[in-house]
Amino acid sequence: MDALTLATKPKSSDIAIDNVVLRYGKGDNAVLALDGISFHVVPNEFCVIVGPSGCGKSSLLYLVAGLEERTGGMISVGGKPVTEPGPDRGMVFQAYTLFPWLTVAQNVEYGPKRKGMSAAERRAIVEHFLHEVGLAKFANHYPSQLSGGMKQRVAIARALANDPQVLLMDEPFGALDSQTRHSMQKLLLRIWDHSKKTVLFVTHDIDEAILLADRVLVMSGRPGQIKKEIRVSLPRPRSMDLVMEPNFIAMKREILDLLKNDEDEEH
Amino acid sequence: MTLAPNATSPISHIVTTSVETNQPGRSAWKAVTTPFRAVSRPLSITLSVLVWGAVIGGWFALTYSGAVKEMFLPRPESVLSTTISMALDGSLWEHVLASVQVVLIGFVISSIVAVPLGLTMGTYRIVQAALDPLVNFIRYLPVTSFVPLFILWIGIGIEQRVAVIIFGIFFQQLVMIADSARSVQRDLVNAAYTLGTKRGDTVFHIVFPATLPNVLDVLRVTMGWAWTYLVVAELVAARSGLGYISLKAMRGFQVDVIFMAIAMIGILGLCTDQLFRGIRRLVAPWTN
Ligand SMILES: Nc1ncnc2c1ncn2[C@@H]1O[C@H](COP(=O)(O)OP(=O)(O)OP(=O)(O)O)[C@@H](O)[C@H]1O
Ligand SMILES: [Mg+2]
Repeated sequence: MDALTLATKPKSSDIAIDNVVLRYGKGDNAVLALDGISFHVVPNEFCVIVGPSGCGKSSLLYLVAGLEERTGGMISVGGKPVTEPGPDRGMVFQAYTLFPWLTVAQNVEYGPKRKGMSAAERRAIVEHFLHEVGLAKFANHYPSQLSGGMKQRVAIARALANDPQVLLMDEPFGALDSQTRHSMQKLLLRIWDHSKKTVLFVTHDIDEAILLADRVLVMSGRPGQIKKEIRVSLPRPRSMDLVMEPNFIAMKREILDLLKNDEDEEH
Repeated sequence: MTLAPNATSPISHIVTTSVETNQPGRSAWKAVTTPFRAVSRPLSITLSVLVWGAVIGGWFALTYSGAVKEMFLPRPESVLSTTISMALDGSLWEHVLASVQVVLIGFVISSIVAVPLGLTMGTYRIVQAALDPLVNFIRYLPVTSFVPLFILWIGIGIEQRVAVIIFGIFFQQLVMIADSARSVQRDLVNAAYTLGTKRGDTVFHIVFPATLPNVLDVLRVTMGWAWTYLVVAELVAARSGLGYISLKAMRGFQVDVIFMAIAMIGILGLCTDQLFRGIRRLVAPWTN
């Protein structure tokens, strides 16, 4: 049981993004995706990024994960500059990225296995996290036998099982219907509540952003910059009913206006 | 039993089922003409038996009607009796064994090198940059034109036939395996990195399992080509093997022996094909 307590022990880092620039390509074909973006996410914070399509949200997460090389500026996680990908920054991708050749259980234990944990430790971790996402019965299924929502739940379990300090989520529920989406949001909040990871979450669903976030960062169109940050002080635990509340609606209107302005500027 | 694979809404489901129950004949027709839809096992077996029956029936018709002289096309039963007599005196097995041996040795040597090298080539651009132009040049050279060279260099022993097979399939395997490695979904590799996979482990932990079903298909297909090149090698320089006996039979106008040799190669090919499908089911169960 030692591994389990280790895996669920609250442990998280801050994310510091300072004047980051990202340019894709060279010469005439160069695309300036991010132009001098700066913000700071404190440990345990649930930070959500919204912004128009193509403004560089995914690129930003890839930079923090170390999967993309920044053109300029500085990113550090837990005080350590990001130079390459590592298991301290878990990521849930927008596309399905479960390993199709591994069963659900093997997918979840992939990270712990790379760390050299024993089979018994891994079994305890797999059991815990599959139970957490409600897929204990599907441990021996292959990803191809799961629905989209189930795949994303496994992907979340897989990222958490590796006990990262930071969880990066790129529109993880984007492909799901609204009902599945709601139950996934509840699930994520419940897990976040007791694992206390730092979360950087990208979405284009404004309800989702307000419902989940401690803070919403609104980005402007390309080249991406932070246009405004909105602190969400709604009490937790939050329920879906919040979407009817006046201050929820006020926040939603504010974010919509910010995004709309951006559209107008572009035209 | 919905007809449209994506009809998930309850209403469309009701509509399609009612169509099915009202017009069963029409829905069966619709079912078998729906692209990519599976057919039942009895139906698929019946169909393949029918096609085989038609081919063999056509063979009987051509020979018995006298439309084709027996010198060019032997009667089915004379091919069968030749096969039986050669099987009984053991000469058939000797030749089959000789051919199988050459194909297997050539195929195994080629695959052992082509699989890891192909995966490396598809994964690392630097390896690809180094090898691609050369491999693509050699790949288009006709194997047959190298047979005399091989005889000059390595004589007419089994090594020469093995060399022809390796030369025939190695570069094709390499290119196809590199292609499938290159098309591994990039975010799969990215996900592996965020889970602690080291850069140097990517080929073994991600690229290899991700491409395994493809690699097995490449091996299955090139195994078939190996049989083709075997005949090329045996036609020119060999003292045993199925290609050799067809050449010998042609000199003596024994068309039935040629047919037997061709049929034997076909049967052996069919067997190895099934074997590979079985292996694929066994080692890549997630694709079933
Ligand atoms: N590999 C790449 N090469 C060149 N340009 C790229 C590459 N990846 C992204 N871009 C460009 O960078 C910009 C930001 O892309 P990114 O995927 O980060 O946007 P996004 O905010 O995640 O959009 P969406 O909401 O549609 O997912 C886009 O304009 C895109 O064209
Ligand atoms: Mg994106």
